[in-house]
Amino acid sequence: MSSPLIEITAKKNSSEAIVEPFYLNLGPQHPSTHGVLRLVLELDGETILRCDPVVGYLHRGVEKLAENLNYNQTIVLSDRLDYIASVANNIVFALAFEKLFNLKVPRRARLLRTIVGEMARISSHLLWLATHALDIGAMTVFLYCFRDRERLLNIFEKICGARLTHSYVRIGGVRLDFTVDIVEDLYKFTEEFPHLITEYETLIDVNRIWLKRTKDIAVVTPEEAINLGLTGPVLRGSGIPYDVRKFRPYDAYDEVEFEVPVGEKGDTYDRYRVRMIEMRQSNKIIRQCLDKLKETEGEPVLAEDSPDLLIPERVREPEPKPHPKRGFIFTGREVSVVPVGEAFASIESPKGELAVYVVSDGSNRPWRLRLRMPSFVHISAIPELTKGHMIADLIAIIGTLDVVLGDCDR
Amino acid sequence: MDLSLLPAFVIMLIIYLVLLLLALLHVAYLTYVERKIIARMQQRLGPNRVGPRGLLQPIADVLKLLHKEDIIPSAVDRPVFLIAPLIALVCGASGLAFIPLWDKFVLSNLNVGLLFILALSSLSAYGVILSGWASNSRYAFLGALRASAQVISYEIAMSLALLSVVLMAGSFNLQEIVRAQAESPFKAFVFPQIIAFFIFMVSAIAETNRVPFDLPEAETELVAGYFVEYSGIRFALFYLAEYFGMVIMSGLAATCFLGGYLGPFEIPGLPFFWFLLKLYLLLFFYIWVRATLPRYRYDQLMGLGWKILIPLSLANLFLTALFKLWL
Repeated sequence: MSSPLIEITAKKNSSEAIVEPFYLNLGPQHPSTHGVLRLVLELDGETILRCDPVVGYLHRGVEKLAENLNYNQTIVLSDRLDYIASVANNIVFALAFEKLFNLKVPRRARLLRTIVGEMARISSHLLWLATHALDIGAMTVFLYCFRDRERLLNIFEKICGARLTHSYVRIGGVRLDFTVDIVEDLYKFTEEFPHLITEYETLIDVNRIWLKRTKDIAVVTPEEAINLGLTGPVLRGSGIPYDVRKFRPYDAYDEVEFEVPVGEKGDTYDRYRVRMIEMRQSNKIIRQCLDKLKETEGEPVLAEDSPDLLIPERVREPEPKPHPKRGFIFTGREVSVVPVGEAFASIESPKGELAVYVVSDGSNRPWRLRLRMPSFVHISAIPELTKGHMIADLIAIIGTLDVVLGDCDR
Repeated sequence: MDLSLLPAFVIMLIIYLVLLLLALLHVAYLTYVERKIIARMQQRLGPNRVGPRGLLQPIADVLKLLHKEDIIPSAVDRPVFLIAPLIALVCGASGLAFIPLWDKFVLSNLNVGLLFILALSSLSAYGVILSGWASNSRYAFLGALRASAQVISYEIAMSLALLSVVLMAGSFNLQEIVRAQAESPFKAFVFPQIIAFFIFMVSAIAETNRVPFDLPEAETELVAGYFVEYSGIRFALFYLAEYFGMVIMSGLAATCFLGGYLGPFEIPGLPFFWFLLKLYLLLFFYIWVRATLPRYRYDQLMGLGWKILIPLSLANLFLTALFKLWL
């Protein structure tokens, strides 16, 4: 039994006070906990006295699983972490492994990665805006965002065949080059997207109820934000301009120009504004990268010395009466070409700072893979942020932190 | 026994049945229209599978809900749990009887019709409270608490707004109110009582638990609120009660503020035309609001009710009374 439950039962037995707080078990099946987050609430009327997050309902043991797969196969695992922006996870895995292997990624591949990374950011922020608005009750924004996210997913589908779990990034580059079609689609999208953002803003930005529900809710001071370990838009909403893309540029971020928006007060509204501006900046980055793609026409998208030995060399031919899974069994050579050592990489994922630490013992599998996921840290900040707020605010706070449970539980 | 009254009785019964069926159909198709309109506003298609353009969707929905198992959780207070949706629906729906659809057509021309409707709509809050209490579920309990607090506080503002109309008309009888509007220089009370009209519309939305005051059933907070434990036809009864509430509140607004069944000119053969037109316009307003606005927070809702609407409606009432005194 988990600790909060024990505490509650213990209190019930021992308490002699007549006034007993009202306990509410919010989740793990609840429409607005964004997955399977469980919150044990101690309520006084509608006011939250204490909030106890319980995580782990989506634990799949990704870190352990990775120890039994070769490096390229772990990329597929990374898709399932933060499934809203799976390319971001792909990128951080690839960056860590490239550091380990000492690979130099071709410029075109770096540009492509930047583009898909920013596409993932926009699509993640769109989903965040959709669910955040829905949590607060604005249903129309939800559907508008989904309509436009659909366009991005269609482009993703053209790029790599998958809409959600892309596995597009490879160690040493990316899997496929963009076709002319994709570049055209992206140009069209970047042209129209700023107007779409304005459309959402006209629906909620001047809405009195929206302002009442988000202003001065869950204010995080800069000190608090640092102490709680918050990163990403939540940290920037508190006024700290920390962005990994600026501080430790990876991929092609040192070639592009963009601004890092910061909030003033650190309330829910500021975090909303920061994300809205970030979407515009991402749009700008995609635009610049698309222009630069023309300069690198014809370059390879995968480093020459990338460990393609780790990609399945050949796939077993289906037998006359094959087992349905048989055709995909890995039969490639298992060679140890990997240097012994360790590597660390971190990126600015849409949710916050996402980091990977990998230790290699020379075999073609990671000896240890450690992930630092932003959602886990953000969920641990919920008790601090909800103190004294009401149930309705709690829902807004879960929304504003932008947590994904696949990201948290890994 | 006097048998001469029997035919009249039978005819009345038939009229009642026809009217009930019509009202139910109206409510059922209100759900369809709501889904279609909201879908249009949100750039979706809405129901389009059952029948041409999805026109049979409400009927399919009702049939589906009738077929569903009526689950009664073991921890509930059984008799109260069973009767709560009926209270909500009966109190919600019977208000229709007092709204004059036409000069010569009102089911029950009560002298205190307006008061009666208000009383019934407060009574329907009992259905909500009892269901939340009997469900023995924490979400339902919170939802019922919210609903009762909300309905009681917004009832005051609504009654005060309607009282100004009563002062203008000098009667609680809805027919008389319509007639008074015809005789008044404005032809409709919405012009002199514009403040009361707005207060009434806002409180009516709160009274029927619709967006942006749908806190009792706030899906993203309380899952479904007070009827979270209900299923099958009992769940549908709560839904029906909500839509009946919408229709009655719109009908009341049309009658008290927009001149009821009176229109600029008579349309031969369509006696209900003007009333229905106003009713549908007001219902459209409800749906439009739902597609546009986010949800209020509990304390903000209470603040709006007690700090803004009630003082405003009181001031409006006093102003109306003073004008009545002097003019």
